[in-house]
Amino acid sequence: MSAKTTAKHINIRLKIWRQESPKVQGNFEEFSLDQVLTSMSFLEMLDVLNEKILKSGKRPIEFESDCREGICGTCSLVVSGQAHGPVKGATTCQLYMRSFQNNELITIEPWRADAFPVVRDLVTDRRALDRIMMAGGYTGAKTGPHADANAILIPKDLAERAMDAAACIGCGACVAACPNASASLFTSAKIAQLTLLPQGHPQRKERALKMVGQMDKEGFGSCSNLQECEAACPKKISIQNIAIMKREYFKAAIAADYREGKSEGDGA
Amino acid sequence: MSIDLKSGAPDGPLKDKWDSYKANMKLVNPANKRKYNVIVVGTGLAGASAAASLAELGYNVKSFCTHDSARRAHSIAAQGGINSAKSYQNDGDSVWRLFYDTIKGGDYRSREANVYRLAQNSLGIIDQCVAQGVPFAREYSGELANRSFGGAQVSRTFYARGQTGQQLLLGAYSALMKEVEKGKVTLFPFREMLDVVMVDGKARGIITRHLHTGEIERHAADLVILCTGGYSRVYYLSTSAMNSNVTATWRAHKKGALFGNPCYVQIHPTCIPVSGSHQAKLTLMSESLRNDGRVWVPKKKENCKKDPSTIAEEDRDYFLERKYPSFGNLVPRDVASRNAKEVCDEGRGVGDSGLSVYLDFASAIKRDGESVVREKYGNLFDMYHEITNENPYKNPMRIYPAVHYTMGGLWVDYNLMTNLPGLFCAGEANFSDHGANRLGASALMQGLSDGYFVLPYTVTNYLGTHSQELLKKVETTHPEFDKAEGEVRAEINRMITVGKGGKRTPSEIHRDLGNVMWEYVGMARSEKGLKIAIQKIEELQKDFDQNMMLNDDQNLNSNLETAGRLADFLGLGALMARDALQRAESCGGHFRIESQDNGEAKRDDENYAHTSAWEYKGKSAEPVMHKEKLIFENVHPSVRSYK
Repeated sequence: MSAKTTAKHINIRLKIWRQESPKVQGNFEEFSLDQVLTSMSFLEMLDVLNEKILKSGKRPIEFESDCREGICGTCSLVVSGQAHGPVKGATTCQLYMRSFQNNELITIEPWRADAFPVVRDLVTDRRALDRIMMAGGYTGAKTGPHADANAILIPKDLAERAMDAAACIGCGACVAACPNASASLFTSAKIAQLTLLPQGHPQRKERALKMVGQMDKEGFGSCSNLQECEAACPKKISIQNIAIMKREYFKAAIAADYREGKSEGDGA
Repeated sequence: MSIDLKSGAPDGPLKDKWDSYKANMKLVNPANKRKYNVIVVGTGLAGASAAASLAELGYNVKSFCTHDSARRAHSIAAQGGINSAKSYQNDGDSVWRLFYDTIKGGDYRSREANVYRLAQNSLGIIDQCVAQGVPFAREYSGELANRSFGGAQVSRTFYARGQTGQQLLLGAYSALMKEVEKGKVTLFPFREMLDVVMVDGKARGIITRHLHTGEIERHAADLVILCTGGYSRVYYLSTSAMNSNVTATWRAHKKGALFGNPCYVQIHPTCIPVSGSHQAKLTLMSESLRNDGRVWVPKKKENCKKDPSTIAEEDRDYFLERKYPSFGNLVPRDVASRNAKEVCDEGRGVGDSGLSVYLDFASAIKRDGESVVREKYGNLFDMYHEITNENPYKNPMRIYPAVHYTMGGLWVDYNLMTNLPGLFCAGEANFSDHGANRLGASALMQGLSDGYFVLPYTVTNYLGTHSQELLKKVETTHPEFDKAEGEVRAEINRMITVGKGGKRTPSEIHRDLGNVMWEYVGMARSEKGLKIAIQKIEELQKDFDQNMMLNDDQNLNSNLETAGRLADFLGLGALMARDALQRAESCGGHFRIESQDNGEAKRDDENYAHTSAWEYKGKSAEPVMHKEKLIFENVHPSVRSYK
């Protein structure tokens, strides 16, 4: 496990990004908190700090969180330089104060990427991810009667691999961790899920072209091949998905070229 | 004035009601469908599936959520699974049995016709989700896997590891995004609904606040659907998300929508125990864990602080297996929760606080091997380990009950429409289907049944029935919009004005409210306690009105959001206590200590076989209760015994 201390309480110093609104310059503000329970979660520590700030008549720090159990993908803090902080395979809300040392200086920043403008303090606008999904992150099945769920058998290992990819919570840590601010891991997770499952096959070419295209349009960079995304991903989504995405994209692009008379062979 | 509470379910045999409804409903022709505008508030399972399905039919849908993305709604956190009467396991399941189990599990406090329809719709949901690419768990044969889940003697639960809610929501979300791309759904993220606008007796729009800019906005439509989830956060500590709230349904209630069975709350037995006063929310461990985990406490108080591995088998009390030999650890949630509280109240609880019981996997690991246990529950074990710093493969887990789901909600008829014409309510936000207690893996089923397979029909029927009136569009310049917006602004300004001189933060008042609710309107309720609760909530209301501290920023301001939601939780909390007080019986999740038989809940069908539906009469006036009598034509209410 990730405990760095066995003490019940620690004192900490915090350097937190404050930014009034999207267009103004932000800066770091320093705080200190004493006697922080190490069994407390990182966000509960921020709750405690915010109550203190409110009582001192100042404006509390805005940050996002919701489920606080690592599944909704809302919380999004860069903690001491790492997206979601020092614990592997965990979101910020799953981080506990026992992962820090007494008197440690902890910096807290928002996700940094052109495609995620800062709204206020630690809150960014991540709707670009939604627009990538909108471009093709679905099978196209409409509501209504469908073939019986067992009509198409899916090998267990395939279903498991699809589930591995589908576990993405859309938090954007992959973007925050990537030096190019690429959304490749996010985009590829959906493409891979729907490539592995037969239900996704009818639109797989169109999907790959449109989702990758949208990712570029939003201002996310290209895959840097540095694997920082996989390291930061709270759901440990594998970069193998990016390989699947690239293969799908090339196959689709070649097929599209063929249809438009630009190349020979169908490539698919 | 008495309100006539008619379910509106068609006559005829139970099995034929929904078919009969569909055969006789009013339709809207495709060319007219595009003339109608529908507002859907909330994007959880019910909201996302309803918005996507209605858009597919051709209606123009406006979809509202408080997050940046529809995918973050709290349905995402449901772990265990979704029930369906597919009967793939050949183990005796059927639509009838799922219906019967749900009615019985709800302790005979739900409407037969709605529950039967739910069981019927359960079949199509699984097909629908598979078609969307939901990666359900599968067997080596490639067929779908099932498990038995809290209280069921058949294996009818479909699952995707411990992330079933996530995968189902992502399926509904993907369908929604498909319709956004087509231009049939317009998304309104970062919006909180603060009022319903009624024009000429029909719901024709909403007032929202943009959470980032603070802008108060008006949205008009031809009907409004609320899919805004449950109200567990009235207890402050619950398994609901931090931003889950009752505001949308409570504001609708204040506009005249009746609130059904507010006292029915589900307390989930398998949560991670509270660790300290700073805690902001509780974490649920899926109750699928009870399939293989055995619940116990030491027989003797003096053993409670000992290392559990040193306590001999004969010194352990597997109290659920002892008291309920046929269901054992799989008794329904309310029974499991109450028994856990009982043994802790006896002083036999474990852990530092004494407020937890063991959930032990040693037998399962010995029987099936650690790898099998890891495959089934790996992510849950990891989560537990991460939160508590204890390894559940080596030591038994510690669990304690926490508020998890609210069966009550806005009263709706068979159409899922409230008593306010044109205001529909679906998913956890309505009171329908689960009676006084919800069975495991049934919330996801209900949310998707409502959204995919009920609302598309009943909304169409409503539009078809009132087409003449609804084709005349209401503009947001209508005086009713002025009035509603004015009220919303006035309340925000009032809070900010008070907030300048106040001494207590919204979270502090909310935490106090939570303590009152847990203590007096929690797992065991008494006349005396409920009266104390009402009085204490009145005091907290005064604190809120006169002594709350706020920063006056009108842009993104989480404290202002918390304060607005707290206002509604205070009103709701008092109503829950009143509802619990009038219901002097024990049923499902509602346990009145005055009404028991040898420690078991005692239901009173003679006096309480009804839904209580409360009418708002103003902030300082007593609410008025109306009753919908529950008629059982197909099942005979029996004593709910799991012995």
